[in-house]
Amino acid sequence: MSTVVIGGGIVGNSLTGWLAELGVTDLVQLDKGPFPNPGGSTGHASNFIFPVDHSKEMTQLTLESMRQYREAGTLHECGGIEVARTEERMEELRRRMASAKSWGIEDCRLVTPAEIKELVPFVDESILLGGFYTPSVAVVDSLRFGTVMREQAQAKGAQVFANTEVTGIDVENGAVRRVRTTRGDFDAATVVIACGVWSPRIARMAGASIPLTPAVHQMIDVGPVPRFLTSKTAVDFPIVRDMDTNMYERQDGQGLEVGSYAHRPILHEPDDIPSIEESATTPTELPFTQEDFELQLEHALQLVPEVLGDESVGIKYAINGLLSLTPDGLPLLGETPEVKGLWAASAVWVKEGPGVGKSVAEWMVHGEPEIDLQSSDVARFYPEQRTPEHIKGRTSEGFNKTYGIVHPAEQWESNRGVRVSPFYERERDLGAVFYEAAAWERPHWYESNAQLVEEYGVQGREHEWDARWWSPIINAEHLAMRQRAAMFDLTAFCVFDVVGPNALDAVQMVAARQMNVPNGRVVYTPVLAPRGGFKSDLTIMKMEDDRFRVVTGGAHGMADMKWFRDHCPDGTRIEDHTSSVCTVGIWGPRARDVLAAITATDVSNEAFPFSTWQELDNGVIASRISYVGDLGWELYTPMERGLELWDALWEAGRPHGVVPAGIGVYGTTGRLEKAYRAFGAELDQDYDVVEADMAWWKVKEEDFVGKAAHVAARDREPAATLCTLTIDELSRTPLGREPIVREDGSPLVDAKGRRSYVTSAGMGPSIGKYILMSYLPPDARDDLYVQYMEQLYPVTVDVVGSRPPFDPDNERIRS
Amino acid sequence: MIVCFVDDDELSAQAVGFARRLGDVRAVTFAGAYQPAAWAKALAAQDADAIVAAGSDRGNELLAHVGAVLDQPFAANAIALDGDTVTRVRWGGSLLEEAWLHGAPKLLTVAPHTQPAAEIGDVETLDAPDDGSPKVLERVEESSGGVSLRDAKVVVSGGRGVGSAEGFEIIEELAGLLGAAVGCSRVVTSAGWRPHADQVGQTGTKISADLYVACGISGATQHIAGAKGAKKILAINTDPEAPIFASADYAVIGDLHEVVPAISAELRKVRG
Amino acid sequence: MTGGKMVLAADAQALETKHLGFTISPHEECAVEEAVRIGGEVVVLTLGPAEAEEQLRDCMAIGADRGILLKTSEEWDAQSTAAAIVDAIRAEGPFDLILFGNESADAAGFQVGIRVAHALGLPVVTGLKKIEVQGARVRCERDVGGARDVYEAPLPTVLTVLEGLNLPRYPSVPGRLRARSKPLTVVEPGRPEQKLEKLRLVVPEGQGKQAEILEGAAQVVAVMQSLGVA
Repeated sequence: MSTVVIGGGIVGNSLTGWLAELGVTDLVQLDKGPFPNPGGSTGHASNFIFPVDHSKEMTQLTLESMRQYREAGTLHECGGIEVARTEERMEELRRRMASAKSWGIEDCRLVTPAEIKELVPFVDESILLGGFYTPSVAVVDSLRFGTVMREQAQAKGAQVFANTEVTGIDVENGAVRRVRTTRGDFDAATVVIACGVWSPRIARMAGASIPLTPAVHQMIDVGPVPRFLTSKTAVDFPIVRDMDTNMYERQDGQGLEVGSYAHRPILHEPDDIPSIEESATTPTELPFTQEDFELQLEHALQLVPEVLGDESVGIKYAINGLLSLTPDGLPLLGETPEVKGLWAASAVWVKEGPGVGKSVAEWMVHGEPEIDLQSSDVARFYPEQRTPEHIKGRTSEGFNKTYGIVHPAEQWESNRGVRVSPFYERERDLGAVFYEAAAWERPHWYESNAQLVEEYGVQGREHEWDARWWSPIINAEHLAMRQRAAMFDLTAFCVFDVVGPNALDAVQMVAARQMNVPNGRVVYTPVLAPRGGFKSDLTIMKMEDDRFRVVTGGAHGMADMKWFRDHCPDGTRIEDHTSSVCTVGIWGPRARDVLAAITATDVSNEAFPFSTWQELDNGVIASRISYVGDLGWELYTPMERGLELWDALWEAGRPHGVVPAGIGVYGTTGRLEKAYRAFGAELDQDYDVVEADMAWWKVKEEDFVGKAAHVAARDREPAATLCTLTIDELSRTPLGREPIVREDGSPLVDAKGRRSYVTSAGMGPSIGKYILMSYLPPDARDDLYVQYMEQLYPVTVDVVGSRPPFDPDNERIRS
Repeated sequence: MIVCFVDDDELSAQAVGFARRLGDVRAVTFAGAYQPAAWAKALAAQDADAIVAAGSDRGNELLAHVGAVLDQPFAANAIALDGDTVTRVRWGGSLLEEAWLHGAPKLLTVAPHTQPAAEIGDVETLDAPDDGSPKVLERVEESSGGVSLRDAKVVVSGGRGVGSAEGFEIIEELAGLLGAAVGCSRVVTSAGWRPHADQVGQTGTKISADLYVACGISGATQHIAGAKGAKKILAINTDPEAPIFASADYAVIGDLHEVVPAISAELRKVRG
Repeated sequence: MTGGKMVLAADAQALETKHLGFTISPHEECAVEEAVRIGGEVVVLTLGPAEAEEQLRDCMAIGADRGILLKTSEEWDAQSTAAAIVDAIRAEGPFDLILFGNESADAAGFQVGIRVAHALGLPVVTGLKKIEVQGARVRCERDVGGARDVYEAPLPTVLTVLEGLNLPRYPSVPGRLRARSKPLTVVEPGRPEQKLEKLRLVVPEGQGKQAEILEGAAQVVAVMQSLGVA
């Protein structure tokens, strides 16, 4: 049985090369086009790489890719400048300085207009306020690199077939079995779809979905440019990204390439991409649509008048090039949740290609990539996020954010209101401000609580950026919860049961903590990756001897469900209850009084202790746990009875002053002052349980994924420990991912080479301090600062480890 | 009666062959300096069911004039006429059009290299008085010294695959050994690697060589339109799926930068 | 039109254009370039669909001063195309030169320029690779394979040209921007009865040649010898 890689662009070639390198034999690579340029997006890519991104995952993939391009002699460093025409953009560039430092990209600096002119003499610096200069920006030869990788694989025995079109993929018993092509059939147990814009079409042949859309990126090439005639290399001058106009200008030999992400989103259907035979040049270089580029020409002319204003410089080439866009802007990597053995490596750009090739190959061969790919996991989408409406809406909206200034909390506007809880109408009547999670609408705060701001004397935020997508009502709701109680809509939880005679074996293998517990227990447990980092963290309710209920965060629920399914022995199955069960949380000192008012079941501390669940007399399943550190329960009931539960709690809560509260409290203020960790923020594959200070007293006897690595971690000093810091003055409020530095601005680097950065940030209203979490090396405890918008703010390490700043002895949750 | 204008060339022989299948043919020509409008007036004055010529530069030009003089439709580059229905070549041969050719006489030219040639036989020289319209004043022979692309027995031609103007050195070397003319594709002239005079294709020169050697040419339809007059086509290309191979008699699948010098070396070897 | 494989629309009346870009025929592109080089006011005219405005703007981007679009919704035969152009030219003021491409890349009728000349009573010279305006006359040259035939004509006159006459320039960015605001007149002529009446288009069957694969230079030379060329 072969491993078949479909696609011969930068991704397919890198992946084939790495699979061969990692020892995969009987390896086959196919493409329907000719080599070296089969006609996909790689062939017309502009091939430049700006390494700095706000996403850690994308930056790591990019840096790994640059390393590989460099090693293969296919990288030319030319530098690059992201220029600002507006003060708002300058602020964004300051934010990029923070990301550069957090992710370890050296030598980046802000430059003045005069310095920009010196670096790129053909720009008109008078329209600029400044720039962000990255000396390591490079152009690469992605076709050459791909050829090198492909030939290395061939030298190791891989078979490579050009001009071979896939006509079908056979699936048997939920697993891939065979690839049918115009060159005959290939028996295969593992198939990777690395087909760029064609990926959805190929996935559909196997009954899987890869949610991306081909979209147009317009580019023109002008020349010959008199200034470039004496250039010594293909790119003598730094590449300029004109961020405010969503455009770039780069030298290409004697020409200048001008590209744009500013035009209207022009989406295509994968089935409508012309065949190789029908295409004028290649299938992904579509005829240029001049009218979409008119405004862009004017913008480009403003920035580089010397070149574009020259009557002797002609527009020699202009295309509507196709590239892949996804609903959340991130790649689509990993095994598809629908078909065993069918992998995706799609929606990857040239800047990430080699890194993705290596990472996906590791994932396939070792079960875990070295770079954490959780944000790019193709399994992350719910069915509601795979619909044409969602893909079209989000990619259209996302396209013009390519160079956008995107606030970390920014919400999508398109395709909203797709999944709503039974309480939605009530929440809307209460003035809920809805944020989206996993396609669910969730109240982030309630305008009906506005009067609490004055009641509790909550301060606003001075700076517009800090206050954007935020409200002081959040802090007020928090204080009301701590004083009385608050109701939370938690319906976005992903809820599924592991059922069957071997259900215990399945959950034991996945969960790091002991799951062989009495019925009625609720266990919070890390889920580890093979090398001991975090794969997830979640709670599991022991329902019956052969049934465990997993409750996990909406955002990562689908990937968690796949992970459990992957570890289910025969006869054990997953039952998804996400869309049939709704959840209300109620926490605060009065929570017990409220719950007691709607049930005859004894909910006293003795009858209903912490970390247990019970079915109440009204059929509601109540689980006594808390992510906000207060007395209370998560209450689960069927969707159709949800409104009844909400209304009952509401009525019962009125005498106690219960307020509705949003995810602003649940996800930030409530958890932060309790030092509770969040997956994707504090917890990822880069850090282990010991470093997160979440090691429990004893490692269970039973085997589980990541056990050996975990045991080893317990035996050594952690290279860094997750700490709770507070910021000493409250003039600015960092929002997360900023570097923690010393007084001279130098980064903190631990023994494993990881830099300290803010994993989460938010107010602790009950302790009256602004909280930052960060992993710090052992020697970094004093004289520390957070770098925010190019200013250093002193921070104090309040707690090393997981002891909560608020209610450190956890009296409230156990009361 | 079919009146068929002829020149002393292969294409005219093909046109006569076509015309004979339509009916009795009067082959006619003119003497003296070429004067298209005047010649066309004389042609238009003939009593004919159809006026036919080869789809050559001259043939098409003369018939267009005849059409204008008579205000009748003219079908250029026909491959068949069946009653009123004409089939003609468009897009340099990559599409055929079937159309009703209304009016009389039928005016058409015959698409080159689509019909067997016939013996032209007797040719009547018509009289065409000078009407003052533009005519050839003089003929300037080109002193290029090289072999003319149109008439060369062998053409060695390079395309995008050659990669640069300098890359044509190996093409020129092989052409020199074969006494061949050097040709190229439109991509090459657009890139400025060769002059337009070297371009083989629909908008360049249409060749009629015994052997056409296409090196690194993918074989766009507009190129094939100029090359298909060759008796044999030998294509050298790295891509076995290149469209050129569908028009080729011989194929070498390989990199022209290795294959072409090897052929030159082999030629030198066999010649001692 | 730019594109690879020819695919017909369902009614076989035209090419399927979904994936295709459109461009000026190569000969006509050279005609526009030549007009701009000769100088004076340059008016560019075409008969075609509304989308042809883009090609007229392309011409204005490289220097034409204004455009006339004879807007049609289907293909016209050469005779009616010429008649519509004649009407449009008669509606214009005096002119010195009318330049055409020798033949279009698509319809390839080889006759519109000649018909226009006859209708306007003007001399015409076709297939030109060189044009020199000398006062009230124009001297021009036509390639006849290894030689050039020289013609002269008095202005005003009609000339049809071939690719290779010049190397057309690419539009500059300022040219592009200027082209947006240059005047464009749109006329919708009535379509007369077609006398070369298109019934359908047909994609010819491939030559079906099966090339003989040659391995190595010795085989190639052997073939050349057998053809008598080596």
